[in-house]
Amino acid sequence: MNGKRNAKPEARGAKSGAPATAAAAAGRKQYFRRRKVCKFCDEKIDVIDYKEVKLIGQFVSERGKILPRRLTGTCSPHQRLLAVAIKRARNIALLPFATEL
Amino acid sequence: MHRYEVLFILRPDAPDDEIDKAIAQMEGYATAAGGKLEKTEKWGRRKLAYRVRGQREGFYVLFVLEGTPHTVSELERRMKVADAIVKFLTIRIDEEQKRAAKMAELRAKRLSRQKPKQPAPAHASAPQAAEAGQV
Repeated sequence: MNGKRNAKPEARGAKSGAPATAAAAAGRKQYFRRRKVCKFCDEKIDVIDYKEVKLIGQFVSERGKILPRRLTGTCSPHQRLLAVAIKRARNIALLPFATEL
Repeated sequence: MHRYEVLFILRPDAPDDEIDKAIAQMEGYATAAGGKLEKTEKWGRRKLAYRVRGQREGFYVLFVLEGTPHTVSELERRMKVADAIVKFLTIRIDEEQKRAAKMAELRAKRLSRQKPKQPAPAHASAPQAAEAGQV
């Protein structure tokens, strides 16, 4: 019994209470969006090496374009370093300039 | 003296002994021009991201060397002339390494300062959860 009673207010709090307080700025989004964190800050990578194709390749689209920060969550200083690394990797044919789909 | 990294691609269709010969030749050029080789890494054959001189594969070799700008320009000139070399890329790495060392030092300093205060964030989230339950 107790468990049932407790369950109700909690559910309501999550639906109507949360947008009113914390998520007001987010604009009534029902789904939960994971906060994006800069991968390089998270893993404490100071130098983004153009030779690590596996790492850098994650920040390139299927077509070979550099992915924007708003999609990957990379911080501004790291995005700048990343862009240089990707361009170096392209120069030496580790990454493509463009790929046919 | 600066530290450089030279990554170059050799034609993959040459036999192994010829590839070794070309690498040894490049090493010779680098030291002859006043460079000090620190490391030679053979990556071996790998796929190129795009076609270079009609090739889809290449034999990658990495040099890490210390030298003057003159060393690099001489080595690059030799690479341009060499038939076996398809593409090369030279990058100065001493500045980057210095920056990285600085960052690591800063982080270590910050970490040692922050450590005693670590349990604080756990408390901050607790009252919020209680509030949500009351509403």
